[in-house]
Amino acid sequence: MVLISKQKVREYGKGLAVIILLLVAWECAALVIDNNYILPSLTEIAEVLLHPAQPVLGGESLIANTMVSLKEVLTGFFCAAVLAIPVGLLIGWSSEVQAYLNPAIQVLRPIPPIAWMPFAIAWFGIGINSILFIIALGAFFPILINTVDGVKGIRVRWIEVAEMFHATTFEKLRTVVLPGALPRIWTGLRVSFAIAWMCVVAAEMLPGTTAGLGFLIMYAYNLGQLDVIGAGMVVIGIIGLGADMLFRAGQDRFFSWEGKD
Amino acid sequence: MAEPVLSISGIEKTFRGESESCPALSGVSFDIAAEEIICIMGPSGCGKSTLLRIIGGLEHEDKGSIHTRAEPLGEGVSAAMIFQDHALFPWLSVEENIIYGLRLSAQKVPDTEVHRRVDDLLSLIHLTSFARSLPHELSGGMKQRVSVARALAIRPSILLMDEPFSALDIFTRRELEDEILRIRQELKTTILMVTHNPEEAVYIADRIIILSERPGVVAGIVTVPLPHPRSPADPDFIRIREEVAGRVKGKNVVRCGIQHG
Repeated sequence: MVLISKQKVREYGKGLAVIILLLVAWECAALVIDNNYILPSLTEIAEVLLHPAQPVLGGESLIANTMVSLKEVLTGFFCAAVLAIPVGLLIGWSSEVQAYLNPAIQVLRPIPPIAWMPFAIAWFGIGINSILFIIALGAFFPILINTVDGVKGIRVRWIEVAEMFHATTFEKLRTVVLPGALPRIWTGLRVSFAIAWMCVVAAEMLPGTTAGLGFLIMYAYNLGQLDVIGAGMVVIGIIGLGADMLFRAGQDRFFSWEGKD
Repeated sequence: MAEPVLSISGIEKTFRGESESCPALSGVSFDIAAEEIICIMGPSGCGKSTLLRIIGGLEHEDKGSIHTRAEPLGEGVSAAMIFQDHALFPWLSVEENIIYGLRLSAQKVPDTEVHRRVDDLLSLIHLTSFARSLPHELSGGMKQRVSVARALAIRPSILLMDEPFSALDIFTRRELEDEILRIRQELKTTILMVTHNPEEAVYIADRIIILSERPGVVAGIVTVPLPHPRSPADPDFIRIREEVAGRVKGKNVVRCGIQHG
């Protein structure tokens, strides 16, 4: 049985109160404005959300579009993690590798992933590959930077313990550096998932896409269906929140030892 | 004296920084007999810890040699170190910490033997019921006992202890000193321990080696002929303690920025 403390309930209550207040304000504004092309009412948005399996605007359903986006995010996110974690471990471990790679990383890091879109289309063509490239690019740097910081934060003493037992370099990386850096890597994954989610919606808004939440929002905009846009935004927000809660739960479950040395 | 398990001869070590050079040890020589407990004492910064780190393989001597019986101390012969700050891996359970060294390729211990050793060691340190606990769930004294078990797991030729109990309160400290004596009795372990506490040295050591001020050389060796268990209230105990304290007392030396001990 999950016990939630009174303090937690009060905390959630405060957050919920603000959300309800915003919804009421939205609904009131929609009633006053009374124009679907400026502000759709919550009931209209809810109408779309309550029938998630029905075709929207003559196309795929809300669920189908969500699944397309989710699949793209997960694929791009996975590719980014597979690349960024080993590279980050190497940079954090070897000052030589860091000297070579750090300047390039610091120059590339601040460029918004969407700015790469024209190149992505030129290299990979219109479609899924360009979108995956943009997502992976957006997710790559937060994982990389956090992995590097995680390795830098490893206590020298832990490495000495491994050396005392004659660990090989690979064993030191596998048994000390990777597990010791894992809490920070996890933080990197959490941050980058949120960025990947933003990237997918933005990338799907570009011409040539035929499915996904970003596509749905853009398509609805072209048809002036602001209620569908609102519904798409709600789904994006909820999935983002859900993913963040999952990452936090993982952090509490697996890294309870962090900082309690 | 019995056949030496470890012969240390002419160890010299100088730490070289960018602008200054700091001699730490200048020709340290002594023998350690099997099952002997030797305490190393000396003024602050005399190179005690450096000597221990050299024997443990964490630093390299500039000159001199360390031989175990007839063989040079190398990959096959093990010296295991216990640090002042337990240095347990916070992400591993008590049990996993103890078997850490046995899982590395340098040891190659079969699984059945690993389990047998961990069970024996857990009961030796009276922590069987804490096998699955994480280090942060244990008290300071319990953590240090796990650290002792982790070092003993690889069946080292010699146990090196660098001020292992100085971070603990007086009661825990005495308890662990007794435990070390019991472990020596049961496992026939040879122990080399750095301490700055004359009472601790006289309480557990067979011989106390006193190093001079930096650069350290062996300034004297005090044999403690008292039988165990020793009482700090015993007049002979007090006499030896005062003698040791008097010989250790030196001017406070200026510590080099690059020294370790």
